[in-house]
Amino acid sequence: MTDALIALVALPLTAALLALLLPRIATALVIFSGLAITASAIALLYGVNTAGALHYELGGWTAGLGIALRADGLSAILLLMIALVMFAASVYASAYFGKASERAQFWPLWLLLWTALNALLLSGDLFNLYVTLELLGLSAVALAALSGKHAAVQAALRYLLVGLLGSMLFLVGVALLYAGYATLDLATLTQVVKPGPIAWSALTLMTLGLLLKTALFPLHFWLPPAHGSAPAPVSAVLSALVVKAAFYLVLRLWLDVFADIVTPTAANLLGVLGAGAVLWGSWQALRAERLKLLAAYSTVAQLGYLFLFFPLLLALPPGPARDVATGGLVMLALTHGFAKAGLFLAIGIVQQRSGHDNIQELGGMVQRLPLTTFAIALAGVALIGLPPSGTFLGKWQLISAAIATGQWLWVAVTAIGSLLAAAYIFRILGHAFGNQPYPHQAVAVAREEWPALLLTLTATLVLGLAGAHVWTLLENGS
Amino acid sequence: MNSATSLPLLVILSSLLPGLVIFFLPEGSHRLRTTLNLAGAFVKIFLVGVLIWGVFHGQSYETRWALAPGLDLVLHADKLSLLFVSLSSVLWLVTTIYAIGYLETSPHRSRFFGFFSLCVSATVGLALAGNLFTFVIFYELLTLATYPLVAHRGTPEAIRGARIYLTYTLSGGMLLLIGTVWLYAIVGQTSFVEGGVLSGLSSEYHTQLILIFALLIAGLGVKAALVPLHGWLPEAMVAPAPVSALLHAVAVVKAGAFGIVRVVYDVYGVTFASELGVLMALGIAAGITIVYGSVKALFQDSLKKRLAYSTVSQVSYIALGTAILGPIGTIGGIVHLVHQGIMKITLFFAAGNYAETLGIHKVSEMNGVGRRMPGTTLAFSIAALGMIGIPPVAGFISKWYLGLGAVEAGMAGWVLPVLILSSLLNAGYFLPILYRAWFRTPAAVWPDEHIPAARFETHGALLWPPIITAVLALAAGLFAAAPYSPLEWASLIAQREYGL
Amino acid sequence: MLTTQWLYALSGCLLLALGLRSALLHPALLQRILAINVMGSGVFMLLIAIAYRGPGMPPDPIPHALVLTGIVVAVSATALALALARRLTREQPHD
Repeated sequence: MTDALIALVALPLTAALLALLLPRIATALVIFSGLAITASAIALLYGVNTAGALHYELGGWTAGLGIALRADGLSAILLLMIALVMFAASVYASAYFGKASERAQFWPLWLLLWTALNALLLSGDLFNLYVTLELLGLSAVALAALSGKHAAVQAALRYLLVGLLGSMLFLVGVALLYAGYATLDLATLTQVVKPGPIAWSALTLMTLGLLLKTALFPLHFWLPPAHGSAPAPVSAVLSALVVKAAFYLVLRLWLDVFADIVTPTAANLLGVLGAGAVLWGSWQALRAERLKLLAAYSTVAQLGYLFLFFPLLLALPPGPARDVATGGLVMLALTHGFAKAGLFLAIGIVQQRSGHDNIQELGGMVQRLPLTTFAIALAGVALIGLPPSGTFLGKWQLISAAIATGQWLWVAVTAIGSLLAAAYIFRILGHAFGNQPYPHQAVAVAREEWPALLLTLTATLVLGLAGAHVWTLLENGS
Repeated sequence: MNSATSLPLLVILSSLLPGLVIFFLPEGSHRLRTTLNLAGAFVKIFLVGVLIWGVFHGQSYETRWALAPGLDLVLHADKLSLLFVSLSSVLWLVTTIYAIGYLETSPHRSRFFGFFSLCVSATVGLALAGNLFTFVIFYELLTLATYPLVAHRGTPEAIRGARIYLTYTLSGGMLLLIGTVWLYAIVGQTSFVEGGVLSGLSSEYHTQLILIFALLIAGLGVKAALVPLHGWLPEAMVAPAPVSALLHAVAVVKAGAFGIVRVVYDVYGVTFASELGVLMALGIAAGITIVYGSVKALFQDSLKKRLAYSTVSQVSYIALGTAILGPIGTIGGIVHLVHQGIMKITLFFAAGNYAETLGIHKVSEMNGVGRRMPGTTLAFSIAALGMIGIPPVAGFISKWYLGLGAVEAGMAGWVLPVLILSSLLNAGYFLPILYRAWFRTPAAVWPDEHIPAARFETHGALLWPPIITAVLALAAGLFAAAPYSPLEWASLIAQREYGL
Repeated sequence: MLTTQWLYALSGCLLLALGLRSALLHPALLQRILAINVMGSGVFMLLIAIAYRGPGMPPDPIPHALVLTGIVVAVSATALALALARRLTREQPHD
């Protein structure tokens, strides 16, 4: 199983270098390495499910300067989501970027991003996390700026500066922790960290840095322009995966490493920010004039739900009830990943075919692009949280935990947020049923439509109906 | 999987799978689409028949699938679910035939029939749901599947109507969800059980249970069109006639009413609900709705809107029946679930025929239509008389049991006036239509005649469905005492509920 | 010497604060990029201070490794930022 751990980092990294050197075969390279990465992710998931958490030290170096890879149920399942979303988006991108020169620029950065995502999920110490976080940020920014349009470059630059600011704050936190406990290994830190000024300030700084990167309200200002002006496959992975990588770290820090340090007040603060994100993000999505901005604001809102779980998890005693709620959180993160990626891919098709993504002028696109519209509708079901999507199960746990711990405010936020989501999704779908003529020639390519459709189907049907496995896996892989 | 665990699932799949295939059919493949639709409908009726036979011979059927820890999707066949499933599958067949004739030449037929099948699958799932969690899932799926049907015509009014429909139903769905999760937080996962499951809870929970009941009924009341949550129903009238027919007779409003029946009888238990004092509140809401809907119907010139307000009123008879403590009232409510469905679908089929054949949309345009379209008008008349409660049509049976039940439960003081007033109002808005249709001289030209009279007054596929359902409505009244009649069935359910 | 270590640490913090202030307050692009670089230097000095283990003792390699990595990251990020900024200022907005 350790082979799978290494392969998940080595494969995309090697492919990135090769794609840079051999641009002509880069597309084939991406597809083949994508398949191999997905296979490795499945193997890892299987291994973690049967044998529990995995740990491997590269080259035999011990923690500290050496690089240790580790995976548990949470990281394994997120790695599989990354693999599937990245692979689907790769297939899509091979058709989306028409010119060879575009693809030659795109693939190396794309694979680098993939490497960074995988490595981040597999890292178990703060040093490597810092490095992977930076690698992720840089490759994401480069991809976001790829179209070269003024708005895209401007947004990417802001994204870069915000990301760097976040990294700096994170690094100061890391420095403080090292000064206090002389270790960067997460597992060791979990055991030695004590409540006190060092731990609190380190946690505050690192969290602040990560919240900037994960775009939690009110630090979300950079996200909509960056995600809204990147090329479609890039928007898809930025919204579905990249912000979630930073969220994953917050989760690790708050629930594992600093579990004894965090206070209900601090968790409530995250919950309040999450609630702000849900309401503000949904409201802005409702008012957005462009499809991509709508999707981007919806990401702001959906990330908010994830933060609503912090006050709930903290209020639940460790044990089955908390594990079930944690599973709900993971379920929400997974469904959002698949649904939002599929949504951005589908929007990309609409945008390319009609030359714009103004919601008012969509006209009767359903007649011309039925599969694409269907993908948007499926994504919508998952974003609203209606059955049979995985989101429904996640929100059920959210509401259930909120009621069980008497925190009714979060129930109200979830209810209002879901209804707002329904409003912004059906704003799109209402147009799709209209009788207006659709002047543009619209024929979608299977390589573009099917990835969008399969991703959204995963969010709505697969995760919804086979959702119980997520909980089992988290339990087996701990 | 054996038949005991797979049959409920198969009943759903028998419409779900054809529906999914239909989505991908090209517009032109009329024959294949029709074959799939009808094959699905017949297979479903057959499977339901097997289910009924099995249940009456003591076999129990249950499909169970874990979706999350402590959350199972349960499809279970009991007598109440069978009653609703048989109603849905029979009326689905009839409506499918009607829709094939009705949409003969209109665009987007594959989309229409695809969602139509999804809609029926959701209704059947809802009927077979074995716990509230499963019920909520299908309740929301039903909303999703019907939205495209309401928006189908694509006109600005259709899209507006669909949006209003969605606003109401999704908000209702959210209330239902919160109520369900709240209940889950208190008692965990519970199945529907005759007599309810909550009566054992200590009295400290009673306030919470009352609030939960309010949430559940508010959520279900949206679809059941309880005043003041009924606003979507007249707006959704922009939908094509087969959709209105199905929406009003089985799918949507009935889903709400069926849910209320489930919550009162199989979650709270009618005796416990009465102890909590929530039954009286439900009964009053139903009573207000019955009168209000009838009064509004009186003033509608648009035929479909008049029928829509009539639905608002009539569906609440079911809620009223559940609110009347005692087996006879229960029988009246449950049997009306079936009777109202058969009669209302007949009325909507007929209204669709008038519109499709002669371009008649308003009551004031119906003068003498009985001579031009005798078959349709006869069916309409039977159903309308049934709605008023005139024997021997099915509606009489419902009202008789409701009234008798109210007397038995000591609620006659307000239930009987409501019933009498409502029947008078029913007569007030239906009899003038019948008078116009049969006895007034027709106008020189019909508003927009586009199906000329040939062998039949209109297309056969449009004519036969209302005649069949009208005959069913008559038969349900005439043979109410026969075995397997809706009344017999409702009596069995009531006996189990009260442990008789 | 203890004082040297504290000198490093405190000036590190000072640089960090100054950089953060400019990064948040200055709208000019170049100033922001520079401010973030100043912040970076502050963190690096802080890390160097942490690495100090007393006179005659070899310094702790881990913070040094962090600093080295950090410098590499800072250089590449600055290069990327400058490239994007140049593109932005050279082109007229056209969409």
